[in-house]
Amino acid sequence: MNILVCLSQVPDTTTKISFTSDNKELNKAGVQYIINPYDELALTKALELNEASGGGSITVVHVGGADAEPVLRKALAIGADQAVRIDTAPVDARQVAGEIAHFVSGASFDLVLAGRESIDYNGGLVGGMLAEYLDWPLVNVATSIEGGAGGSMIVCRDMDGGREKLEVNLPAVITCQKELTEPRIPNMRGIMAARTKPLQVLAPQGKGADMHVLEHALPPSRQACQFFEVHQMDELVEALHQQAKVL
Amino acid sequence: MKILVYAEQQDGQLKKSAVEAVSFARQSFESLGDLNITVLLGGQVDTQAAADLGLYGANSVWMPAENTLNAFEVHLHSLAIQQALAESGAQVLVMAHTYCGKSLAPRLSVAWDAVLAAGVNGTPECAADGSWKVQRTVYSNKGIASYAVSGTRRILSFLPNALKPVECGSPCSVTPWNVSVNTGAAKTRSLELQKVQGKIPLTEAERVISGGRGLKGPEHWHLIEDLAEVCDAATACSKPVSDMHWRSHDEHVGQTGITIKPDLYIAVGISGAIQHLAGVSSSKTIVAINTDPEAPFFKVADYGVVGDAFEVLPQLTQAIRRLRKG
Ligand SMILES: Cc1cc2nc3c(=O)[nH]c(=O)nc-3n(C[C@H](O)[C@H](O)[C@H](O)COP(=O)(O)OP(=O)(O)OC[C@H]3O[C@@H](n4cnc5c(N)ncnc54)[C@H](O)[C@@H]3O)c2cc1C
Ligand SMILES: Nc1ncnc2c1ncn2[C@@H]1O[C@H](COP(=O)(O)O)[C@@H](O)[C@H]1O
Repeated sequence: MNILVCLSQVPDTTTKISFTSDNKELNKAGVQYIINPYDELALTKALELNEASGGGSITVVHVGGADAEPVLRKALAIGADQAVRIDTAPVDARQVAGEIAHFVSGASFDLVLAGRESIDYNGGLVGGMLAEYLDWPLVNVATSIEGGAGGSMIVCRDMDGGREKLEVNLPAVITCQKELTEPRIPNMRGIMAARTKPLQVLAPQGKGADMHVLEHALPPSRQACQFFEVHQMDELVEALHQQAKVL
Repeated sequence: MKILVYAEQQDGQLKKSAVEAVSFARQSFESLGDLNITVLLGGQVDTQAAADLGLYGANSVWMPAENTLNAFEVHLHSLAIQQALAESGAQVLVMAHTYCGKSLAPRLSVAWDAVLAAGVNGTPECAADGSWKVQRTVYSNKGIASYAVSGTRRILSFLPNALKPVECGSPCSVTPWNVSVNTGAAKTRSLELQKVQGKIPLTEAERVISGGRGLKGPEHWHLIEDLAEVCDAATACSKPVSDMHWRSHDEHVGQTGITIKPDLYIAVGISGAIQHLAGVSSSKTIVAINTDPEAPFFKVADYGVVGDAFEVLPQLTQAIRRLRKG
């Protein structure tokens, strides 16, 4: 299959978050960027699907500036065949999805995989919007993906209070949840090969964004912890009941 | 202002988020005056339960006359909501940021050409010029961002549990509503549904008891379950616990698991790694139980017990039993 994987780059999960003095942006000093963990799973799943069927090609796409190229090279090292970067600063989900949709409509993909959400802005929106732009089926939050040969796939997805197994015709957009697979670490050969794999930079279509950040803030700090001894469980319960009013 | 609220149901029962959605719309926009809230039910439910949405501020409720929407298929529901938006003349659509909402809202934002404010954590501040200021958590609960929302069409989805429903009215009329979409428009075919039976869904739970590696093994989970039972709580766990298959994956909370926002979160034998806290730190009240007084969880907890879970849990469970009986 020809599979497209949408990659976003996010601050490493251990990053301590702080903002610039005007609170408009993340303070990027010292922040290490990684492939969004769900997108890494999407990429690995794409590799597995094509290894199982013995053919096809995998493209990764990122909407963003040149600072994301290390992350795209890493995706190539893990095994993607080519990378595409749409050269515009990502502002909101509809803009990003619009740019990717424009790229997809000029190509021929059987399947688009995205992450369940990016762990920076946690929107979980790009996949759904992309599916609507393309008028393709959407399966959100997939925990397993199989098949593909007969033009359809069997997918399990998380839903409120359970899980559903369903069949979806291709082409489709599927967003990936953990459990799908384990991420792959690039090996030396992959890293060498990545240097010569194509990384194409495309001009944006120039779609505008709707949602602009006014300001950021850190979450309100919590009061100091109130401690109880092991034999004081009645006192703790009383505090939860009377003071916190949560029991 | 005309608002359409999409209210979820499952197996003919309104979900908790349905009442929350109606109340969210009422509490958000009451001050603007001349508010008309129409509720589209995402499937057929008991008529009385539907009418009772009026208690929380609905002016009218549309009940699908056909059973087309009873099972959730995102494409059918998206088309039905578009039909209801057109028929109601609403400029604003309100829904919960549940799994269903997360599939629907982005599709509708594109299809209805509306600005989408997704996963907001409280009611918007409405400015005189008609714009709203909304807040949502970003960087996995490590930051909060405010956005300005404007535009003639808007979709607002809110985090479950973000606000307490308030009674403010009386039961309203329930009108049968003809669904013009038919099942042929579905783009996926459901093969099998596995429902978690008899458990409180984690994302809806007001109280959550969560266990970490400190519990030593799955055979000790009855301690967590007993405590959860006495306080009507859902159970959760840290990532290593689900990775080792002590508990199923759907209980894993944190940056790469589920994000929750209960009133009470009790963390037992969980160290409080930044990736874990990312999913739970916006809980209203946090209790940490840990043998290590230096455990990072105590830095974010409101209440703490330095002690052995195997000793603390039975005592805490007993103490809550006494409170409930007393
Ligand atoms: C990319 C990435 C994503 C991640 N995402 C998540 C995530 O979403 N969710 C998540 O939870 N983790 C996540 N992690 C893992 C996270 O970093 C921690 O490793 C994990 O949360 C630790 O789990 P734990 O606290 O149960 O175990 P441990 O760190 O082993 O802590 C066990 C705790 O139990 C205490 N203890 C031991 N015995 C007892 C006893 N008898 N009674 C009471 N206390 C006791 C110990 O003092 C210790 O504090 C992620 C990591 C990475 C790298
Ligand atoms: N700038 C981007 N470029 C490419 N793909 C993206 C970008 N941002 C988000 N995505 C994809 O959309 C998914 C959901 O992102 P989000 O809607 O931001 O939570 C991510 O997991 C990626 O697969």
